[in-house]
Amino acid sequence: MRTEILDILFTYLKAFAVGGGICLIAQIIINFTDLTAGKILVYFMLAGVVLTALGLYQPLVEFAGAGATVPISGFGYLLANGAMKGAEKGLFYAVTGSLTAASAGVTAAVVFAFIMALIFKSRTKRN
Amino acid sequence: MSKKGNTIFFKRPPRILSYAAVCGSKEKEGIIGSYADITLDDDMYGEDTYEKAECKMLSAAISLAVKKSGKREQDIDVLLSGDLLNQIISASFAARDYDFPFLGVYSACSTMSESILLGSALIGGGFADTAVCATGSHFASAERQYRYPLELGCTRPPQSQWTVTGAGGLVLGRADRGIKVVCATMGRVCDYGVTDVNNMGAAMAPAAADTIMRHFKDTDTEPADYDLILTGDLGALGSRIVKDLTWEKGYDISSNHVDCGEIIYKVIESEFQGGSGAGCSATVLNSYILTRMEAGLYKRVLFAATGALLSTVSSGQGESIPCISHAVRLEI
Amino acid sequence: MTGKTRENYNRNYLEYVKTQDPPTKHLKNCASAFGVGGLICCIGQFIRYSLSFAGLSGDELAGATSVILIFLGCLLTGLGVYDRIGRYAGAGSIVPITGFANSVTSPAIEFKTEGWIYGMAAKMFTVAGAIIVFGVFSGVLVGILYLFL
Repeated sequence: MRTEILDILFTYLKAFAVGGGICLIAQIIINFTDLTAGKILVYFMLAGVVLTALGLYQPLVEFAGAGATVPISGFGYLLANGAMKGAEKGLFYAVTGSLTAASAGVTAAVVFAFIMALIFKSRTKRN
Repeated sequence: MSKKGNTIFFKRPPRILSYAAVCGSKEKEGIIGSYADITLDDDMYGEDTYEKAECKMLSAAISLAVKKSGKREQDIDVLLSGDLLNQIISASFAARDYDFPFLGVYSACSTMSESILLGSALIGGGFADTAVCATGSHFASAERQYRYPLELGCTRPPQSQWTVTGAGGLVLGRADRGIKVVCATMGRVCDYGVTDVNNMGAAMAPAAADTIMRHFKDTDTEPADYDLILTGDLGALGSRIVKDLTWEKGYDISSNHVDCGEIIYKVIESEFQGGSGAGCSATVLNSYILTRMEAGLYKRVLFAATGALLSTVSSGQGESIPCISHAVRLEI
Repeated sequence: MTGKTRENYNRNYLEYVKTQDPPTKHLKNCASAFGVGGLICCIGQFIRYSLSFAGLSGDELAGATSVILIFLGCLLTGLGVYDRIGRYAGAGSIVPITGFANSVTSPAIEFKTEGWIYGMAAKMFTVAGAIIVFGVFSGVLVGILYLFL
């Protein structure tokens, strides 16, 4: 029982450290360049794709769990992983595999954004 | 009227008959809060879009200024106005409310001084008797047009400025007493190559310094002749730069230079540099400054609002930011 | 064209402006990015645990986790909270998947005033569209590369 709790705590710690670490790298890049949010998101997603294709991101996901999948690089991992799995089945699946894997995220974003746009109004802010 | 260099002198100086300012809820807490005529608790001003709110503010400032001048609508010869939105929609849409002619002007945040310059020239040249000059801006509509959606969670770099929600207008005309527009210097477009759209202060400071120094040269005056040298929206950072730039050329404006953007909010320099936008100089001039001038606290003010003439297209294409500043000298 | 092009920039002035820039608070920025980013990942981990107790596993678990996180990101954006977190946390709230949700929802809410089709729907992917475009393209590239390797 004791070790189980420690195990869970350790998993959270790993998720925190790796996830925070990825954000930290992004923040350092923002601090030293003038990259905007949109560019950072694209670069980190591409980095996720490349690292996955090179086989470097999978170990990180196994190690850190949500710490590696929650950052946008995890979205890249999802895309690349889907494509790699699809490639085993043939050309059609190699091409469609990436978006199939990412479909949940994209669908959720579109649907929820739509609902929020129905409910909420844009508000001005003061600080 | 006569001319020397880029400065025009008015033989019979037009006078400021009245002025009015509307400001938003954030501005209300600052220095202009107790001077502005209308202070909003709700920045939407009862409208459903930011653009409509901006238009309504501008319209309110114009109406109020006209009303305070005691002139009837048919006595007004021209309205000179502009704003920051694409195709200056706030100004043109506000002009729908009035029966007098409208001339749209655009020089970004220096629209206030440009419209005073043009209005005075029209009156000085005898082509008009009364002119209304007005401009305004709204934080949310400017943010939406120039930057990102408001809800996007991005960071604000410390050199950035905050677009003022507010509008100001004044009526120029013939009278026996009141604040005079003595002369005005037309600005040249200055571009020193600043490309950072968040650092407007640094981009606009050279334009302000250029116009202020040409004004000194053309009018044979020096900084000490003015009670106040008022720039538009350089912010804390830009104010430091403009002092440096003029000092370098032998003019020391550090003792009487004040920047509208720097005084409108409580500036925390490590977070933001102050206010910006067409409404910044318009609200500060048309409330705080002119009230104090009428009270005799300032006798001679050089008002040089600055504007950054960029668009999202030009900055997207990597262009630098050309800037302009027009100066008008106000005397009591 | 006039002479005022890129070649004629006033380099002295640009150098001088750099010295006047307010200093970036590296330590504070990085600490808050690390903390908030890590926290969001921990919330993700918590959702993973909870869902695995509910009997989900594999791709379904990963998908459901990101769907819930995206929902939270969208909701906080709608409530006007996410941009405040973003101002404080910087990359800490941009890089997690909730930041992606924020970048989709914020233009959708904002541009609603220009109509549902050309405003809300068409502008929804002004920021996030780039991620989908480059993501799909690079994903297809990876798939084809792996097919021939």
